[in-house]
Amino acid sequence: MNLNNATFQGYKRENGRIGVRNHVIILPVDDLSNAASLAVEHNIKGTMALPHPYGRLQFGADLDLHFRTLIGTGSNPNVAAVVVIGIEDQWTKKIVDGIAATGKPVAGFGIEGHGDHDTIMRASKKAKEFVQWASELRREERPLKDLWVSTKCGESDTTSGCGANPTVGNAFDKMYDHGVTMVFGETTELTGGEHLVAARCRTDDVRKKFQFMFDRYQALIDKHKTSDLSDSQPTKGNIAGGLTTIEEKALGNIQKIGRKCLVDGILDKAEAPTGPGLWFMDSSSAAAEMVTLCAAAGYTVHLFPTGQGNVIGNPILPVIKLCANPRTVKLMSEHIDVDVSGLLRKEMNPDQAGDALLECMFRTANGRLTAAEALGHREFVLTRLYESA
Amino acid sequence: MIHFVVHDEGDSVGVVVVEGVRSGDALTGWIMDQDKEIKVTSKSDIPIGHKLAIKALAKDATVIKYGVDIGRVVAAIQVGEHAHVQNIKTKRW
Repeated sequence: MNLNNATFQGYKRENGRIGVRNHVIILPVDDLSNAASLAVEHNIKGTMALPHPYGRLQFGADLDLHFRTLIGTGSNPNVAAVVVIGIEDQWTKKIVDGIAATGKPVAGFGIEGHGDHDTIMRASKKAKEFVQWASELRREERPLKDLWVSTKCGESDTTSGCGANPTVGNAFDKMYDHGVTMVFGETTELTGGEHLVAARCRTDDVRKKFQFMFDRYQALIDKHKTSDLSDSQPTKGNIAGGLTTIEEKALGNIQKIGRKCLVDGILDKAEAPTGPGLWFMDSSSAAAEMVTLCAAAGYTVHLFPTGQGNVIGNPILPVIKLCANPRTVKLMSEHIDVDVSGLLRKEMNPDQAGDALLECMFRTANGRLTAAEALGHREFVLTRLYESA
Repeated sequence: MIHFVVHDEGDSVGVVVVEGVRSGDALTGWIMDQDKEIKVTSKSDIPIGHKLAIKALAKDATVIKYGVDIGRVVAAIQVGEHAHVQNIKTKRW
């Protein structure tokens, strides 16, 4: 596929970023505000609440990550406007102010001193205003480089490494030359292939930062592991699918970064990249956590290869599933957006598979719902660093 | 027809990509990086997605896939035999 003049239809936001969705979200600051947020979602059609279980008594780096993830989610260009609801005014305002820096419409409501009824009424009035305003926004034609593309695989098996992951790699290699902003992560799932990622880092400085993140995660695992981490890495699903060791899983995993693109920079969890190229984000390998962090970092479309059939979605980031396992494609077809099982029968070559994925990516960016979106998969899972105070 | 795929000709294992492989089946493999074919007779029933040895592997040998070390052999594996958690373990963790 010639990407020289490739374009997509996106929503231009106040800060210049381009979104591919036009969500009005109701964002709870904390667990206590889920009920009011869901009530507003119920009252005002076309809005979406993002309930989650955290946000109380967190502190230090764990609290910083909580704020960064919520502010990043609200700031994502796939979101047109945000209603924030928290138990207390102060933390609510912190998130409102963080999102307001993008210039998009955002309003916050604290529950204390008002109760749920009054909060739901006031927040619903604002949400109605936002959703009617957003419904008049129009897409415009934008160059490919305005797209931010993330990747993470899940419920992998050996077909992921032979078929679906190299397909993402092929698409990444093609997009890299066109100034697209891309990211991969899954720190522990590089174990056994970390030297190959280190060799792909653009500079010694990037390599040093990558190695630091990798070593830190390994030390964490060494500290907490029981007799054998093989009970969770590879997962039971991975093993049922034929993956035997973490090294084998990792080598399949890193097929997603292709053969040509270099690692241009390293991101902390939910940290926004500062330029185009391929970024590595230090992150969990759990699907919903990683995809939530990508959305919070500002990515607007996600490529998700699966082998055994992970069904994940995200509230604001369209998750495109591709699969090379003919059995999964047959048994779980409603979850698969791109079937690349022909790769394993030699009926399709990697170049054709990469093009098929890119074609689906453009259609998704232009507005076509992914399987996960149509099925209502909205997994919004915040990463925690340690226990609450 | 392709029954299993191999990433690199230096690899010691291939991945079965069809359902219903039975012990004694004559299998055709595709080595993807070099675009070559190999023939192996299966010595086990092997589920789709699972590996078979394409080289004889002695105990404590290193298993190579993608041209890279993916673990060590804990029980000898014959050519055509199912290669998985019962005879291969990680070298990490």
